[in-house]
Amino acid sequence: MIDTPPDELLRGTILDLKDLTVSFDGFKALNGLSLQVDKGELRCIIGPNGAGKTTMMDVVTGKTRPDHGSAFFGVINLLDLSEPEIAQAGIGRKFQKPTVFERLTVFENLELSLWGDKRFLTSLFARLTKAQRDHIRDVLEVIGLAADHGTIAGSLSHGQKQWLEIGMLLMQEPDVLLVDEPVAGMTPQETERTAQLLLSLMAEHTVIVVEHDMDFVRSIARRVTVLHEGRVLAEGDMDQVQADPRVVEVYLGE
Amino acid sequence: MRRDPAGATLMATLAVAAVLVPILNQLVPASSPLHVSTYVLTLVGKYLCYAMLALAVDLIWGYCGILSLGHAAFFSLGGYAMGMYLMRQIGRRGVYGDPILPDFMVFLNWHRLPWFWHGFNYFPFAMAMVVFVPALLAFVFGWLAFRSRVTGVYLSIMTQALSYALMLAFFRNDMGFGGNNGFTDFKDLLGFDLHEDSTRVVLFVATAIALAAAYAACRGIAASRAGRVIRAIRDSESRTRFLGYRVESYKLWLFVFSAVLAGVAGALYVPQVGIINPSEFAPINSIEIVIWVAVGGRGTLVGAAAGAVLVNYAKTFFTGALPEVWLYALGAIFILVTLFLPRGLMGLLPRSSEAR
Repeated sequence: MIDTPPDELLRGTILDLKDLTVSFDGFKALNGLSLQVDKGELRCIIGPNGAGKTTMMDVVTGKTRPDHGSAFFGVINLLDLSEPEIAQAGIGRKFQKPTVFERLTVFENLELSLWGDKRFLTSLFARLTKAQRDHIRDVLEVIGLAADHGTIAGSLSHGQKQWLEIGMLLMQEPDVLLVDEPVAGMTPQETERTAQLLLSLMAEHTVIVVEHDMDFVRSIARRVTVLHEGRVLAEGDMDQVQADPRVVEVYLGE
Repeated sequence: MRRDPAGATLMATLAVAAVLVPILNQLVPASSPLHVSTYVLTLVGKYLCYAMLALAVDLIWGYCGILSLGHAAFFSLGGYAMGMYLMRQIGRRGVYGDPILPDFMVFLNWHRLPWFWHGFNYFPFAMAMVVFVPALLAFVFGWLAFRSRVTGVYLSIMTQALSYALMLAFFRNDMGFGGNNGFTDFKDLLGFDLHEDSTRVVLFVATAIALAAAYAACRGIAASRAGRVIRAIRDSESRTRFLGYRVESYKLWLFVFSAVLAGVAGALYVPQVGIINPSEFAPINSIEIVIWVAVGGRGTLVGAAAGAVLVNYAKTFFTGALPEVWLYALGAIFILVTLFLPRGLMGLLPRSSEAR
């Protein structure tokens, strides 16, 4: 294991994964995976089932420990931290299935996701400060639910719930957002709206998107990483990647 | 009471009752059709104690999804603490005339007051115990149960077993709580004769005030951010934990507060009905509370209080007119409400006036 931050940091790398290996009962979910993501980047990660996309996310968020390799978030060694500590350090993850609080309003969902002291007595007497209220309002604008702030989350459409969940992540002001299949099950309009949303988050946040939908990836990606059998197969812009004969083989050979 | 018309109605009703009922009892002559007898006054006072108990159950069940089938235990413990004070007040006026020992201890040939009876001759100490004993039991039970993440039906069964175990314990003579007879024959409270109408009026007013305060406190919790966290826990416990809230600590605080409310309700109940015995711990009592809440409307507070009064009014009526029918009627009410009014009687009101 390497425990000093590598030089790439100085060149604006925010997430640096090196030589990660994870095996489950002999099956290597990750097999020497190395990946760098720059600050403010919107990166798409694609790959066939079992390529290691979810496992990679699990390592970054502390859910799974690698057998070998290193994972740095800025100068922070992620392998030293627990799951909540990583979330607190500034890496937010959006799961595939939206889990918003169905019987609270959109506004209340965001309020509960606010950063800060979360003990019972504090929240019993908590009042929203102006800064917090403005923050919630900003996030409502970003996720396009400003007009629906008083709506019960359970009555939102599938797409709106996904955006609300992204909003709940944004409330925690993460530096890095990991987004797992954001457009699964969305209508074309919702997909387009999601693409705009993710693009608008770029620069201020680093966004890593795992997605199957190739049209969607093409519409947002600046840089695409293709995973296969637990390692990086190819990396580059969408055209480069699609022209790569190894990628073609993996995708068509299935 | 902003944006809470149902709550405002409840508060207004309590205020009117607290003023009007004593006037109709004390100032209107018994010959007048408007006269409220002391029997009715005490009966309504008893309903108000039940309403407070229903608030306690609704707060944890309706808002946090913790279905307690043991709240009668907290109610009874509060009642017993009050009962111990009232027993010590009897003094020499007991059948055996012992200045210190209550009659049942003399009857059991005890010569000294058990250690846990000391201090109960002081009203402030007894009132502190009314709060402290249910709180302690709820704290220990909740700490163990919530930390181990016991939820749902398992938690309900455990609360039921807790209450049942306490009932069996209190039935034993050597527990020192009067065995199956419990406590009765109370004489006075703070020097006021419990058989006087005026004392009963004061107890009635005190109960109405306590119920109003309990409602305000429950509403305050429900409307706070903590209340929203509690509803979030009810809807998705793991998601709430993932946001960084310590779910077990929220549940514990709420459970302890609910137990204290139940204890206070029990303490107000005992001097009005004049008796407390181990059957108050019976599992059926705890189940009845849940039915009151379901009938009135779970997660509405006002509905819970109204449900308690209505179901108990029906109980008074049935047990007087057709005693053998009551349990069937109770079951029928519960089934009908579950089938046709899943949101209880409050569900009949426009949606805005109830909590989500």
